[in-house]
Amino acid sequence: MRKELGILTLLAVLCVLVAALNPQFLSSANIQNTSRLIGTYGIFSIGVGIVIITGGIDLSVGSMFALLGVLLSLMLTQWHWPPLFAVAVVLVIGSFLGGLHGLLITRVGLQPFLVTLCGLLLYRGLARYIAADVVQGFGAGTGFEWLRDFTTGSVWRIPMPFVLMVVVAAIMWVVLHRSVYGRYLFAVGRNEEAARYSGINSRRVIASAYVISGFLAAVAAILLSFYTNSVSPSSHGNFYELYAIAAAVLGGCSLRGGEGSILGIVAGTALLQVLRNLVNLLDIPSSLDFAVMGAVILIGVIADQVLRSKK
Amino acid sequence: MLEMSGISKKFPGVIALDSVQFAVGRGEVVALVGENGAGKSTLMKILAGIYVPDAGTIRLDGKPVLIHSPRNSAELGISTIHQELEVIDTLDVAANVFLGREPLWGGPLRLVDRKKIHSEARQVLVRVGLDISPDLPLRELSTAQKQLVEIARALSQNARLLIMDEPTSSLTLSETERLIQVVADLRSNGVSVVYISHRLQEIERLADRVVVLRDGRNAGELRRGDISHNRMVQLMVGRDLKTFYAESASTLGPVRVELRELRTARYPAHAVSLSIQAGEILGLAGLIGAGRSELAQALFGVDRPRGGEIVLDGAVIDLPSPKDAILRGIYLVPEDRRNSGLLTGMSVRENITLPNLSEFSSAGWIRRADEAASAQKSCTELKIKTASVETKAGSLSGGNQQKVVLAKWLSLKPRVILFDEPTRGIDVGAKAEIYQLMRRLAAEGVAILMISSDMEEILGNSDRVAVMHEGRLTGILQRSDCTEEAIMSLAVA
Repeated sequence: MRKELGILTLLAVLCVLVAALNPQFLSSANIQNTSRLIGTYGIFSIGVGIVIITGGIDLSVGSMFALLGVLLSLMLTQWHWPPLFAVAVVLVIGSFLGGLHGLLITRVGLQPFLVTLCGLLLYRGLARYIAADVVQGFGAGTGFEWLRDFTTGSVWRIPMPFVLMVVVAAIMWVVLHRSVYGRYLFAVGRNEEAARYSGINSRRVIASAYVISGFLAAVAAILLSFYTNSVSPSSHGNFYELYAIAAAVLGGCSLRGGEGSILGIVAGTALLQVLRNLVNLLDIPSSLDFAVMGAVILIGVIADQVLRSKK
Repeated sequence: MLEMSGISKKFPGVIALDSVQFAVGRGEVVALVGENGAGKSTLMKILAGIYVPDAGTIRLDGKPVLIHSPRNSAELGISTIHQELEVIDTLDVAANVFLGREPLWGGPLRLVDRKKIHSEARQVLVRVGLDISPDLPLRELSTAQKQLVEIARALSQNARLLIMDEPTSSLTLSETERLIQVVADLRSNGVSVVYISHRLQEIERLADRVVVLRDGRNAGELRRGDISHNRMVQLMVGRDLKTFYAESASTLGPVRVELRELRTARYPAHAVSLSIQAGEILGLAGLIGAGRSELAQALFGVDRPRGGEIVLDGAVIDLPSPKDAILRGIYLVPEDRRNSGLLTGMSVRENITLPNLSEFSSAGWIRRADEAASAQKSCTELKIKTASVETKAGSLSGGNQQKVVLAKWLSLKPRVILFDEPTRGIDVGAKAEIYQLMRRLAAEGVAILMISSDMEEILGNSDRVAVMHEGRLTGILQRSDCTEEAIMSLAVA
C-alpha cells in the first residue's frame, strides 16, 4: 500500500503542477483525451502487469496491436464481417497468441523474454505482410458505425476506454487480490518451486497469465485502432509494450515477480500519460517526450530504492 | 597462536554467537563441535573474513588483528577448506593450486609462468602425500584427492592455520584414514588445524583439544585425556538425551506406504524397496548424495521414478506432480526450507493456508477472516513465535520457519509425511518440539520417513533405520540394533 500511496501522491503533485503552469490541463477536452489514453493504456498494462507478477515479461503487445488492428480493419472494410463477430475473432486471436506464449514458456521451458521478443518481431512482420505495408483505415465506417461510436464514445462524458478500464481493473482487482487464483499468481511469482511444493499447478497458473495479457491486449487493440482510425503496420503500437512495463514497474510491480497491485499499475499508467500531456502543454519540444518519461521513471525507481535501503 | 575472546555476532532475529572464547596453539589440532546452528560456521566465517564480529577481539601471535575480508584472512595465514570444495574442475591441478596468485613473466604482457607453477605445485603435492601429476585436469580426481589439492593450495600460501569444515563428510573410510594421517603430519610441521566434524570417533583419535559450542555460547572444553564420545555429546546437547527424544509408540498399524523396486532418475540402476507402517518413524541415513532426497522427491511427485511402484494403503498410485501427492495425503518437508519449503517473501498466513485455500474460499473468493483465524490457530498450536500472522515468513528464525512449513501440512489430513533434514540449522529447543510433533503425528497413525545426516537425530527418533549408499539400500536396522557404528558401516559400504 505504501508504494501505491507514493505513486498516487506523485501523480497528484504532478497534476497540480501542470494545472498551475497551464490551466489548459483542466479543460474538458484535455481531460477527456488524457483519460481516453489512460483507459486504453491501462487495459493492456494490467495484462502485462499480471505477467510481470508471475515473474515473466510480455514484450509482444505492441506488435499485437499492429497485427490485430490490421486484421480488424480487413475484417470490417474488406471482408465485411459482422462487427460483433470480428470483435470476437480479434479477442480469440489475442488470447490464443497469449496462450501460445504461455505454452512455449511452461511446456518447452523457454524464457519469457525470448518467447515474447520473438512475438514482437513475428507479429510486426505478419502485420506488415498482410497489409502489404499499406496503412489500413476504417473509411466511413459503413456497416459498423455503432462499433466505432461505442469505442470512441463516452458515458456521461467519460470516454468509453476509461469506463472499460475501470471495469477491467475492478474485475482484475478481485481476481488478483481476493481470489485463490490471484494468490497462486503471487505465489508462483515469488518462488515457483515452493509454490509447486505446496500443490499449485504452477505451469497452468503461469500460462494463464499470458492468456489474460493476450486477451486484454486484444481489447486495447480494438480501442486503439478506432482511436487512431488508421493502422500503419510498421509503426502502430511501436514501443507500447514498454509503456506497459514502465507503468507496472512505476506502480510497484517487481520484475523479479511476486509483487504488484492493480491500483499501482493503473496509477503508473496515469502518471505516464500525464507526463506526455505535460510535454505537450508546457511547450517542451515533443522530441523530448521519451527523454522526460525516461528521466521521471529513473528518478522514481532511484527514490524507491533509496527509501527502501534506508528502511 | 590464535586467540579469539568475547566474540559476538547478531543476525536479524538470532544471536549467532554470544561472547565466545576460542584459542588455537601452534601445531595444535582443535576440534570444534556442536550441533547444527550452534555457531561453529559463524565463528569460522569470522576467521575467514566473511563476517565481521559485532564485538570481541582477535589476536594473532599476541597482536590484535582485524580480519575484514577473505583476502586479508589469507594474508594472515588463515586458510579454510570448505565442505563444498572450491576448485575449478576444468583446470589442471597446478592451476588450481595457484589460482588467483599465478607467478607471471613477460612483463606488461602478464603471462602465466606455467613452468614455475608446475614445479612448485609438485613440491607442495608431496607435502600432502598426493602422488599425481600437476598436469591432470581436476575433474579426473576423486573428491578426496580434490580435497588434498585444496589443502596443498592452502600450504602453498604459507597457511599457518587451516580450518577444515566437515572434511570427511563425503569420504570413504580409507580416504578418511589418509586425511587423518595428513592432518597429523601437518601438526608435526607446526601447522595449526581447526577441525569441524560430526564424526566423533575421528575427533577422539585426532584432536588435542575439543571446544564445544551450544546455541552460540561456549558449552565446554575437553583436554586430550578427557575426550570421549559421551562427554562430547553431553556438552553438545546439554541435557539428557532420553528426555530430548520422545518415546516411541509401541503399536504400529498396517503398512501405509510401500516402495516396490523404485528407481530414481539419479540412480536408475538401483532399485529400492521399503515400506513404512502407520505410526512408524523410519529413519533414512546415509552420506550426502546417497540418493535419499531423490527417493523422497519421487514419493512427493517432484520427479517421476524411472521404474517400480509406489503403493499407498494397498493401492498402486501414480504421482505426476506434488499436487497429486498432496491430494493423497503425502506431504514433504523439504531439505531446502528457504527455497522449496517456504515463500519467504509472503506472510506466515499466506504460507500456512497455501495448500489448503479451497477450505477458506467460496467460488474462488477467499474468505479472509476464516483464513486468518485458521492461520492464527496453527500458530498457537505449534507455538510459532511470530509478531503476527502477517509477518513475512522469511524473517522468522529457522525453527519457526520449519514450524510454518509443518503447519501447512498439519491443517490437512496427513497419511505420510516425508521429512528431509527436518532440523538442519535449527536451535535445540525448536528441535525438541519438532521431534515431539513427529512422534505425536506417528501416534495418530501417520507414516513418517525421516531423512537425516544428523546421527543423533536418526538414533533418537527412528523406529527402524534404513541406510543408503550411492543409490542402493544397504540395510535396514531394527531399533535395538541401531548404533552409530552399525549405521556408518552401512553408509560407507
